[in-house]
Amino acid sequence: MNKEVKIPKMDFKSVGTRPIRPDGVDKVTGRARYGADLDLPGQLVGRVLRSPHAHASIKKIDTSKAEALPGVKAIVTSKDLPDAPAKAAGLEATLENCMARKKVFYDGHAVAAVAAIDAKTAKQALKLIDVEYKILKHVTDVDEAADPKAPVLHKDCLTRGVKPKPVKASNIARVSEFGHGNVKKGFKAADIVLERNFRTEQAHQGYIEPHACVASMSPDGSGELWVCTQGHFVFRQQCAQLLGLDESKLRVTSSEIGGGFGGKTHLWLEPVALALSRKANLPVKLVMTREEVFRASGPTSAASIDIKMGVTRDGTITAGEATLRYSSGPWVGSWAMLGAMTSFACYDLENVKTVGKEILVNRPKTTAYRAPSAPMAAFAVESMIDELAAQIGMDPVDLRLKNVAREGTRASYGPVYGPIGIEPSLEAAKIHPHMSAPLKENQGRGMACGFWFNFGGQACTDLNINADGSVSLTVGTIDVGGARASLSLVVAEELGIEYEKVKTVIGDSATLGYNEMTDGSRGTFASSMSAIMSARKAIDVMKQRAADTWDVPVSEVEWVDGHAVAKGRKKSNRPPLSIADIASVAEKNGGPIAGHTEMVADGAGVSFATHICDVEVDPETGQTRVVRYTVIQDAGKAVHPTYVEGQFQGGAAQGIGWALNEEYVYGDDGRLQNAGFLDYRIPVCSDLPMIDTQILEIPNPNHPYGIRGVGETSIVPPLAAIGNAVSNAFGVRMTHVPMSPPRILDALEKAELETA
Amino acid sequence: MLYQSPHTAAEAVDLLKKSKGSVHVLAGGSDLLVRMKGGFIEPDLIVDIKRIPATQQIKASKSGFIIGAAVSCAELAQNKALVKAWPGVVEAANLIGSDQIQSRCTMAGNLCNASPAADSVPALIAANAEAVIQGPKGKRVIPVAKVVTGPGKTSLKKGEFIEALKLPSGSAKSGDAYLRFIPRTEMDIAVVSAAVNLSIDAKKVVTDARVALGAVAPTALLVPAGAKALIGSKLEEEALEKLGAACAKACNPIDDKRGTIDFRVKVAKVLATRAAKAAYARAGGK
Amino acid sequence: MSMLISSTINGDTVDFICEPDETLMDALRNRVGLKGVKEGCGTGDCGACSVHLDGKLVCSCLVLGAEAEGRTVETVEGMSDGAKLHPLQTKFIEHAALQCGICTPGFLMAAQTLLENNPDPTETEIRYALAGNLCRCTGYDKIVRAVQDAAAVMRKKSK
Ligand SMILES: Cc1cc2nc3c(=O)[nH]c(=O)nc-3n(C[C@H](O)[C@H](O)[C@H](O)COP(=O)(O)OP(=O)(O)OC[C@H]3O[C@@H](n4cnc5c(N)ncnc54)[C@H](O)[C@@H]3O)c2cc1C
Ligand code: FES
Ligand code: FES
Repeated sequence: MNKEVKIPKMDFKSVGTRPIRPDGVDKVTGRARYGADLDLPGQLVGRVLRSPHAHASIKKIDTSKAEALPGVKAIVTSKDLPDAPAKAAGLEATLENCMARKKVFYDGHAVAAVAAIDAKTAKQALKLIDVEYKILKHVTDVDEAADPKAPVLHKDCLTRGVKPKPVKASNIARVSEFGHGNVKKGFKAADIVLERNFRTEQAHQGYIEPHACVASMSPDGSGELWVCTQGHFVFRQQCAQLLGLDESKLRVTSSEIGGGFGGKTHLWLEPVALALSRKANLPVKLVMTREEVFRASGPTSAASIDIKMGVTRDGTITAGEATLRYSSGPWVGSWAMLGAMTSFACYDLENVKTVGKEILVNRPKTTAYRAPSAPMAAFAVESMIDELAAQIGMDPVDLRLKNVAREGTRASYGPVYGPIGIEPSLEAAKIHPHMSAPLKENQGRGMACGFWFNFGGQACTDLNINADGSVSLTVGTIDVGGARASLSLVVAEELGIEYEKVKTVIGDSATLGYNEMTDGSRGTFASSMSAIMSARKAIDVMKQRAADTWDVPVSEVEWVDGHAVAKGRKKSNRPPLSIADIASVAEKNGGPIAGHTEMVADGAGVSFATHICDVEVDPETGQTRVVRYTVIQDAGKAVHPTYVEGQFQGGAAQGIGWALNEEYVYGDDGRLQNAGFLDYRIPVCSDLPMIDTQILEIPNPNHPYGIRGVGETSIVPPLAAIGNAVSNAFGVRMTHVPMSPPRILDALEKAELETA
Repeated sequence: MLYQSPHTAAEAVDLLKKSKGSVHVLAGGSDLLVRMKGGFIEPDLIVDIKRIPATQQIKASKSGFIIGAAVSCAELAQNKALVKAWPGVVEAANLIGSDQIQSRCTMAGNLCNASPAADSVPALIAANAEAVIQGPKGKRVIPVAKVVTGPGKTSLKKGEFIEALKLPSGSAKSGDAYLRFIPRTEMDIAVVSAAVNLSIDAKKVVTDARVALGAVAPTALLVPAGAKALIGSKLEEEALEKLGAACAKACNPIDDKRGTIDFRVKVAKVLATRAAKAAYARAGGK
Repeated sequence: MSMLISSTINGDTVDFICEPDETLMDALRNRVGLKGVKEGCGTGDCGACSVHLDGKLVCSCLVLGAEAEGRTVETVEGMSDGAKLHPLQTKFIEHAALQCGICTPGFLMAAQTLLENNPDPTETEIRYALAGNLCRCTGYDKIVRAVQDAAAVMRKKSK
C-alpha cells in the first residue's frame, strides 16, 4: 500500500470535468500518426510467410530462389532469431510464436519473412520460398484437446499445478485452483442443486488498426522501433532480449494506437522486423494484413465450463463449484487462472471451489482481451444464478443482493475486500427505469454482474514546469482512449491551475524509466498516481523557491490554487506568487523546476458492474437484436466522465458482439475460415442501440483521488445479460456463446418439442 | 499487368479477345479488388468498362428498362420509375454492402461474380431479367438465369462482357420483393435469401409468379413448384405452406461458416413466405 | 508498368505514379502522402479508408489508383476550411466520438456524405448510413450523438 495515501480527496475542481482531449484535433484531421504511418528514408517493405497447416513439422526451408530475386534485401527464418537469448530470458514461447522453429502450431504461424524494395517484390519473394512440411494430426477444439486421446502439441508438456506431477504429456498445460469452505457440505445443505456445461467460442479483440511497426537497426548494434503497442517499455525489454541487444541501445517509440484491448500487449512481428532490418541494414516497415491479424495475432480463449451451484429456498447460495477449461493456443499463458479467480468474485460464498485449466490447441496464441477470461466465467455463473432464482421463485436481483460480496467479504480467490461497488450497482439496477420499462412482443430482459481486479504496477513520470507557467507531463503508459486528457486533469487539479495549461505526452523508451503496459485497467490508475506525486514534488520545489524569495522558512509557505502563499506573520502581506512568477525567474533561483516519480502503484481497487439488457428475437429465424442496454459500474472517481462512459460503452458493445455473433470458425483441416470482418462479425452501427451508462463513484482508498481502473469490467456481464434476456423472453437457457441465429433457432425448436 | 479503360464496347471486346493470360472486366471492383488483395487472382489485364457510355445509363421505354452494366446500385435507387416498377430488384441491389460499396457495386458485377449468395441475382431471376452481352460475334441477349453456371463460373465466352441488364416493364397488378437473412443488420453476405415476383387479377388471385432462392445451392435457384403453389391462390395459409414446402424441397445447401444446412432450409421457407406476402401487397393484393 | 495519374486531390491538381494494380488507398498513402486515409482491412469491410471520389463515398481500398485519372478525390485532410474545423470534426472531439481515433477519418467522410444528402437524419438513418464504418472502441453511441449534434449546427448555419 502506498504510505502517502490516506483518505482520497473529495472536492475537485478539474477532475470530473469534461474538457477536450489534447490529441483530438490531430485525430480528426488525419495528422495523428499510427503504426503504419511512419516512413523512414530507404525503408523496405517486410512480409511474412505463414503456415497453411494447423500442425506440421518443418522438414526444410529453402530461401535461395527468393534471395536471388532482384530487390530482395533480406530473408529471415528461425536461424536468424536464435534460441539461446530467448531461453535465457524465458521467452521461448514468444520467440517460437514470432518465428516457427521445428514445427508450425497453427494456420498462420510465421515460418519466414522477407524485406524487399517494394510490396510487389516482397510478395513475389514469399512465393519463391520453399517450405517442406510433414503434416501432423491437429486439434482445435478445447474439449477435444483435453481428451487423453488427442494429438499432443508438445511432447514435453507435463501438466503444471497438479500433484503428483504427471508422467505422461498432454495438452493440459496448467491447472490452478481457488476457493474455501467445503463445497460437498454446501451442496448437501442446498434445496436445489443445478449443474450445467457452458461453452464460449474464441473471439478476437478486433482492433481496427492491424499490427504495424518500423524497425531500424544499425550495424553498431543500436536500433529504433516505431510500433503500435500497449507497452513500449515491455516491447523494448523483450525485443532487446530476443535480439541480444542492450536495452539502452534499443529506442522504442509508441505510435498512436488504433485499438488494442489486450491484443497489443504481446510481441507478434516486432522482433522479426528488427531481424530483417539488421540483416538488410536498412529500415523495414512490417504491417499485418487484416487476414494475418485474425489468423496470427492473439484472440481470446474458447472456453468450456462445468459448473454446479446450490441454493436454499430462502435464497442462500450454499456452494459454487466450477471447472473452467480455456484454450490458450499452442503455449501456456495465464488466462485460465484469471477465469478461476473471477468466477464467483461478486458473491459472498461459504463454500466455493474453482479449477482453471489451460488447454493447448492448434490455434493462434491467445492473449488478453479486456478482463481476460472473466466474461466466460461470468456467462456460466450469472446464467446459473438466474436459473436458480427462477427455480426458487425469487427475483434475480434480490437473489444476487442476498449473496452479494461486501466490504470485509473474503473473496472466492483469496483476499478480503475493502469498500466495493457490487451492492450499490445492484441497488442502482433495481431502481433503474430500465428495469421496469414495458417490453414488446418477442422481447426479453436480462441482467448480469461482472468483476475485474484492475492492476497497478510500475510507473515513472516526469513533470516539468516551463518558464511561462505551463506544465509538461511525460508519461510512459500508452493512451488508448483519452488518458492524456485525464492525466492533464489530475495534474491541473493537484497544481491548482487550468487544464489547458498542462500538456501530457507519451515519452519514448529512452526518456523515462520502465513503465508497465496499458493493460489490466492500470493506465490511468497508475500513471495518475505517479503524476500526482510528481506534481507534489514540483510544488515542494516551488514552495522552496517562494520561501527563498521571501526569505521565510518553507513551513511558512502554502500552496493554494496554483499559487505560493505566504502565511507567516512576517510576509503575509506579500502578493501570492503564481507558477509563472516562480518559473520565469528559475534561472536565477536554482534552475529548472521539475517533479519526477518512480513507483510501484499498489492498491488498484477492484471494480464491479451490473448490466441490464433488452433483446428482441425473431422466433422464425433466431435473429436477435439488442434493443436497450444499460451499464452501471463503479469507477472509483471518474476523472473524465465522458471517457469513462466511453469505456463502459465500448466494452459492452464488444461483449454484445461476442454474445451474439463473433466466433472463430475452423474447418476440418484446422484452417481458419473467417479471417476477415465480413465473416468475423463485430457489431456495426446499425446493430446497436444507444448504450446508457450510470457511473458510480465508490472511492478507492488506495489512490489519492480515489481512482480505480475502468477499462475492462464492462465486457464481463454482457454474455450472461443477453443469455438471461433470451431466456426470459422464451424460457430457453442458452449455454453456447455466440448465441447465433442457428443456435437460438435450435434452442427454440427444442423447447417447443419439449412442451408439445 | 495492364489497366485499360476503353471508351467503346468494340474496343473493350477487342482488348478482352486479344489478351492472353488472366483478363478481368472491372465494374465497381468490390469483388475483383478483394480477390486481388487476397491473392486469389493476379490479373495480367484489367478492362475497366466504366468509361463506355452505354454502361452508364438507365434507359426506360415501354418494353422495360435497360440498365447499363456500370450503373452503381446506389444510382438504381434514385431512378423513380425503376423503383416503382421493380421495388424488389432495387431493394435487393441496395442490400449489397455499405453506402461505400453502393457507390460502386453493380448488378452485372454481382451477377458475373457468380456467388451463390449474390443478393441481386434471385431478384433478377424472379423478375425474368435478361443480360445484353457484347462479344466478338456482336450482341446477344440471354436470360439472367442462364449467366451463372456454378460458383465463380459464368457462361460468358472469351471476349464477352455484359453491357447491360434488361428488365421487363412492370405492371400495376404485379409486385416483387426480395428478402435475405443475415445475422447482423448490415455488412453480411446472405445466409439464405428469397425473391418473389407475382401478378394478380382483379379478384386478387395470383395469375403468374416466379420464385427464386439464393445461397441454398451452387447457383441461385428458380423454384417453379413454389410459383405453382402461389398461382391461383390469394396467398391463403395453404398456398403459403405449399410454397414453403416447395422451397424447402428445392434447397440443396451446404454447411459452411455462414450457416448450417438445417438453418438454411428452415429460413428459406420463412423468407419465401414473407417475400410472397410483400410482393402480393405491392401488387395490390392487400 | 507504372502509370502516371493526374487527379484533383483536396482541391489541388496532383500527379502521381502508381502500379496498375495499386489501390487508390495505397496510392494516396504512399505516393501522395495522405496518411489520414487509414487501412483497417483492405477489403471494403471497415470503412477506415473512406474518401470521396467524384463526390461519392467510396472505400479507397476498393478503387484502383488508375481509376482516379481525371477525377476528384477528397480525403479527411481536405475537410477543414484552412484552420477552421468542419462542424463534424469539432463535434467528434467534443462528444468524445473517438477513443483510439483510427476509425475517425472514415467516419467523418461517411458522415459528411450523409449530411450532404440528408441534413436532418433520424438516429436509425445515421446508424445505417454509418454501417460501413467499423469502430471497435466506442460502441458507436457517442459517434451517433456527434453526428446528430453536427447536423443541428449545420442546419442552423445554412438557414
Ligand atoms: C464489404 C463488402 C460487402 C459486400 N456485401 C455484399 C452483399 O451484401 N451482397 C452481395 O451480393 N454482394 C456483396 N458484396 C460483393 C460485391 O459487392 C457484389 O457482388 C457487387 O455487386 C459486385 O459488383 P462490382 O461492380 O463491384 O463487381 P466487380 O468487382 O467489378 O466485378 C465482379 C466480377 O464480375 C466481373 N464483371 C463485372 N462486370 C462485368 C461485366 N459487365 N461483364 C462481365 N464481367 C463482369 C468481374 O470481372 C469480376 O469477376 C460485398 C462486397 C464487399 C467488399
Ligand atoms: S481499409 Fe478499406 S474498407 Fe477497410
Ligand atoms: S475509436 Fe477506436 S476504432 Fe473507433
